[in-house]
Amino acid sequence: MEIDKNQLLRFTTAGSVDDGKSTLIGRLLYDSKAIFEDQLEAIENTSRKKGHEGVDLALFTDGLRDEREQGITIDVAYRYFTTPKRKFIIADTPGHIQYTRNMVTGASTANAALILIDARHGVIEQTKRHAFIASLLQIPHIIVCINKMDLVDYSEEVYENIVNQFEEFSSKLYVKDIQFLPISALNGDNVVNRSTKMDWYKGAPLLYTLETMHISSDINKIDARFPVQTVLRPQREGFIDYRGYAGRVASGIFRPGDDVVVLPSGFTSKIKSIDTMDGTLEEVFAPMSVAITLEDDIDISRGDMIVKENNQPKALQEFDAMLCWFNNSPARPRAKYTIVHTSNEQKAMIKEVVYKIDINTYAREEEDKELKMNDIARISIRTTRPLMVDEYRDNRITGSFVLIDDATHETVAAGMIV
Amino acid sequence: MSKYYLNYLDELESEAIYILREVWAQFQNPVILFSGGKDSILVTYLAKKAFYPSKIPFPLLHVDTGHNFHETIQFRDDLIKELGVQLIVGSVQESIDAGRVAEEKGKNATRNALQITTLLDAIESNKIDCAIGGGRRDEEKARAKERFFSHRDDFGQWDPKNQRPELWNLLNGKHFQGEHFRAFPISNWTEMDVWNYIKRENIKIPSLYLAHQREVVWRNDSWIPVSKHIKLEDNEKIETKKIRFRTLGDITITGGIESEADTLEKIVAEVAAMKQTERGNRSDDKRSETAMEDRKRQGYF
Repeated sequence: MEIDKNQLLRFTTAGSVDDGKSTLIGRLLYDSKAIFEDQLEAIENTSRKKGHEGVDLALFTDGLRDEREQGITIDVAYRYFTTPKRKFIIADTPGHIQYTRNMVTGASTANAALILIDARHGVIEQTKRHAFIASLLQIPHIIVCINKMDLVDYSEEVYENIVNQFEEFSSKLYVKDIQFLPISALNGDNVVNRSTKMDWYKGAPLLYTLETMHISSDINKIDARFPVQTVLRPQREGFIDYRGYAGRVASGIFRPGDDVVVLPSGFTSKIKSIDTMDGTLEEVFAPMSVAITLEDDIDISRGDMIVKENNQPKALQEFDAMLCWFNNSPARPRAKYTIVHTSNEQKAMIKEVVYKIDINTYAREEEDKELKMNDIARISIRTTRPLMVDEYRDNRITGSFVLIDDATHETVAAGMIV
Repeated sequence: MSKYYLNYLDELESEAIYILREVWAQFQNPVILFSGGKDSILVTYLAKKAFYPSKIPFPLLHVDTGHNFHETIQFRDDLIKELGVQLIVGSVQESIDAGRVAEEKGKNATRNALQITTLLDAIESNKIDCAIGGGRRDEEKARAKERFFSHRDDFGQWDPKNQRPELWNLLNGKHFQGEHFRAFPISNWTEMDVWNYIKRENIKIPSLYLAHQREVVWRNDSWIPVSKHIKLEDNEKIETKKIRFRTLGDITITGGIESEADTLEKIVAEVAAMKQTERGNRSDDKRSETAMEDRKRQGYF
């Protein structure tokens, strides 16, 4: 394998108990030979115990005891497989509305989303929900798999109808790239290998699509943002005066000699060097972890952000965001939470719920404003000090935040700045 | 293709460094759980990168079952000296002597489960608030749902159904007195990734991972090394085989595989062609289908 060139692609799947999502993942792992003999043996035993005919591929993706007993996926589970072209990470999430928060979590880091549609049922409520979440979280690529084509006689007409239904409602969403694929996860049609039963379909099978999808341009290379995680002060021989600002590039490109501003203080300086254990670098971009040194001695600490003079984020203390509520206890009106945004932390208060959104119909709800678990709403928020933010649409790192309840320390909500 | 992208090993490395720095920034007293196995060696190596040119700012914690390969202990001591970091040892033998735990009985007795008590005692007595581990999500099905920052209550227990959501790169390490976290910087690595990276970076590993001649006995479908800690059954016979280990743990339960792979290049090629998972040779995981989940709930690594 040419490992020096292979990229990592993270994709998310959402599906309900019976649309074949687990079978599809099982099929991808099985056909790409990511499943080992002892795993297969364990699954064969379980399939036999449950009285299934043959191997139930869905069992590969059921992790915890409760899930295997109930036959459902209740959390985000991560799966891995590698082909000669790419390494893949699947964030496998449940599709039911009561697990919206899990879908949102899985979607937050994904380059691509697989949305499954049962060919017999066409676009249903949950299809709209999954598409909405993919668009809300700004997943750059969506692949709509129209599954169980074997049960509709591999009919082109059925497929075309569903594509049209999907395109009609998704025109209301903000999605950059959508592709459609007719598949049968159970029989393996158009998953890894091209189907011999659907000559009318001229596109590539799913795995090839995933392997060749262009993802390098998904990274924001324009707005240089470097949130400081910690300061490195070795105070040992050879490095007595060394002060390195450690962090991971959120977006944009940095080079030694760049004129930079440190926020929120506003002090300006120049990048002196960009260091790693393997030597200094001439250029860095997202998501590289490095240490930056500056020409001037400035007081910088965790939570500060290094940006370029001519392209700065907004310093905002009040802003609107789309929020997904994660916790069993509803949001308390005007209560204070800790907001975590990049490496920065402040106190914040939800000033107002502007509207809630019904993610099945996309309708706005302006009467009932209580934020309960799995609700998605547009809110106005106020923080004790300004945060250095970009719109989520432009920047998934500097445009996102979570809220933590100080009484329980639980992460209660995730937000996307609009 | 644009030059502005990372290959997958660089991206995994960068993610792990990010997580290690978050641990340092968010906790008072973190440690690296060091077993002498390749995964904890990798985590230690990544910590070196994360804080360069500073030293690794955490001690290493070794939970010593007393059933060690002597190569592991030698390797550990050399590494500690080279890095100039502190070593904390939690001894299972001491836990047994103090009556905190009782040794298992019978032929398949191991000290594996006993480590939980020793580990939790060491965490408590050293006031550790975060233990960084080399756990990977591809290892075992219960681990597939682990978070990067994984909460443990004040009994050290994991509650898989009540985990904190982790979105984007935002990690929540907030905790109350007595609770602690486990952090898993190489969650997203597979066995193959680990070997490819070790080879690429030429990281030193114990010689046990390379094929060598050793006296072994066939037990639970793998070659268990002969040592003073195992009792032979009447029908078991000692043989000398060329083997290597895919994982390293307690010497009484770590099974080797027959192999000719005596260089990193050969190991990478061998792992790529493997048909069994690496934990397939660990008899501790074979006890039941949810053996790992049950141990993890109680506070296992």
